[in-house]
Amino acid sequence: MTNKIQWEFPQALEDEAIYILRETAAQFERPAILFSGGKDSITIVRLAQKAFYPGKVPFPLLHIDTGHNFPETIQFRDWLVESLGLELIVRNVQDSIDQGKVQEETGKYASRNALQTVTLLDAIEELKFDACIGGARRDEEKARAKERIFSVRDEFGQWNAKMQRPELFDMLNGKIHLGENVRVFPISNWTELDVWNYIRRENLQIPSIYFSHEREIIERDGMYWPYSPFLNTTEEEVPFRQKVRFRTVGDMTCTAAVISEADKLEDIIGEILEAKISERGARIDDKRSEAAMEKRKQAGYF
Amino acid sequence: MEVLRITTSGSVDDGKSTLIGRLLYDTHSIPQDKMEALHAASKRKGLDFTDLSLLTDGLVAEREQGITIDVAHIYFSTPTRKYIIADTPGHIEYTRNMVTGASNAQVSLILIDARKGIVEQTYRHFFIASLLRIPYLVVCVNKMDLVEYNEARFNQIVEDFQALIASASFKAPSIKFIPISSLYGENLATRSEKISWYSGESLLEYLEQITFDHADNSHPARFKVQSVIRPKTEAYHDFRGFAGKVVSGHFNVGDEIISLPSQQKSRIKTIEQFETQLTTAEARQSVVITLEDEIDTSRGSMFSKPENAPALLKELSAQVCWMDQQKLVPGKAYLFQHGINRVKAKVQQIEHVIDVTSNKILEDKKELGLNDIGKITVKLAHPIFADSYDANPANGAFILIDEFSNSTVAVGFVS
Repeated sequence: MTNKIQWEFPQALEDEAIYILRETAAQFERPAILFSGGKDSITIVRLAQKAFYPGKVPFPLLHIDTGHNFPETIQFRDWLVESLGLELIVRNVQDSIDQGKVQEETGKYASRNALQTVTLLDAIEELKFDACIGGARRDEEKARAKERIFSVRDEFGQWNAKMQRPELFDMLNGKIHLGENVRVFPISNWTELDVWNYIRRENLQIPSIYFSHEREIIERDGMYWPYSPFLNTTEEEVPFRQKVRFRTVGDMTCTAAVISEADKLEDIIGEILEAKISERGARIDDKRSEAAMEKRKQAGYF
Repeated sequence: MEVLRITTSGSVDDGKSTLIGRLLYDTHSIPQDKMEALHAASKRKGLDFTDLSLLTDGLVAEREQGITIDVAHIYFSTPTRKYIIADTPGHIEYTRNMVTGASNAQVSLILIDARKGIVEQTYRHFFIASLLRIPYLVVCVNKMDLVEYNEARFNQIVEDFQALIASASFKAPSIKFIPISSLYGENLATRSEKISWYSGESLLEYLEQITFDHADNSHPARFKVQSVIRPKTEAYHDFRGFAGKVVSGHFNVGDEIISLPSQQKSRIKTIEQFETQLTTAEARQSVVITLEDEIDTSRGSMFSKPENAPALLKELSAQVCWMDQQKLVPGKAYLFQHGINRVKAKVQQIEHVIDVTSNKILEDKKELGLNDIGKITVKLAHPIFADSYDANPANGAFILIDEFSNSTVAVGFVS
């Protein structure tokens, strides 16, 4: 499986994404990049930088901070914003909780993953964003495989899978009514492997938790969970130290680790080529039901 | 590394989803946890085998009904290239989805059930592949296992299909027939031993050897300007770059260009891709072009070579596929989007409607509703710079947008 030729990045994907980003800047009044600090949104930032060079990136970054992020991700976010001279806007899930708009989940599976949708929709309304650029990819999950590149959301942020506009050739229709907004997915056609090969080709910095490191974890349901003050554990769940890394970066309460010694990009790519578990297989939030993602997308999730 | 885009279409029970699932399985593209989820989902449905088709049907409604409603995109890679499959539904009420899925494809993959042979939907799928001028056509005669891998049966279907091709106005430059069984993986990734009378390539072998000329010299040079980059920083004080995409053909540094609609001429000073200076830019590339002179150019302008500039069209006739519940209303103003340009347009006349199953022109039908394909004449408020779809597909298609609903209501192909 580990074939050298597969390590090449298909250039057509970058050209397509840059075209989409330029259309987004031209067709909307207030677009923003939804930034999570994960590798997909880091890729989006790089593409935006290239699309408008030598001009500036014409979008601010919007980060919905659940308060349960890996500290390494937040450090990285601040470094990236500083070094590229970008504008960062942060909105906190804690504020939505304090305002009584959402309620903290309870029990050992409690996470703020679902809660952040409310904070996100409020931020979109408050900041009057008419387009939000995300790093979602169609290969991640089967409901996402049906997603358009310009995906219209109604006033309540909802996705209507059956009423999607047809997208033909490279013609993008970003016309919307007042109150609606569009989610833009420039790397729709990329796979996880494409993203890693791009990061490698472009020599991009990524948060340290993607690389092998030692940390405290617990074992639950056959997966390794990062131990943190945010995770509700039972008495039997005793943390232990282990060399792990993360394949995706979500909250500390819903992202499982994989045991790995990979501390270089090449080793990470090698692991993916041989991986037995899909990327979102390490996302506890997707395990809730077969249609978990479709339901969250309808509600306005990323 | 190349990307090859394929569109698949088939009838409900042709085994299209099974074929895709099987291709993924045979190229080791299904991770273990997804495989386990498939086992579990198959069991829940009371099946005693792992139903690979469940891999692609993404929406709840699709899983309930066991059919594909929307276009689904599926990805897999081999050491040779990256593949993108647009999996589309085969029912007549989803013609618009088939057209959508086909719009970016270089390969059209048509499935035929070996027991049934050519059916109504085959005509439709073939019609759409021809309408969109898809260069590679692959006809997979599936379920060969159910006709005992009979050679005569396969040959009969090939003969019937050849007759269909002979009657069409467009003939794909490359047409390939392959006997397969997607359920058992015969002739999919590897050559079948059970179908020993067939000496050609397996489906994947065939797809792997398809090649493209990306310099695209057969088509005229076209570049659409998406935006003007003027940083006005100290380092780039006088920089004025045109960010856009090469639609077709190619451009070199030093080439003389003409900018439309201003019709002013200049020469290409630089072609830039971020910090890299290129000497040439070819079809599909996103670049920034700077010119020797300051000429009137802005978003929506198009560069071409002076010797083969596109015509400025204010009136045109076109084939269209209607994609909206609400019928076309002649005389009503729609937004006409050609590439990135939008102009107001009125449909003057519906010339005729085509029965996509029989390929017959229905002269009497003067109405275009959802999934109908026909020919119209359009009048535009401002000229566009289009080629005929036949001569240059990349610069010959457009969409119509309803100004009230903002929906994309039609796709058209300039005659």
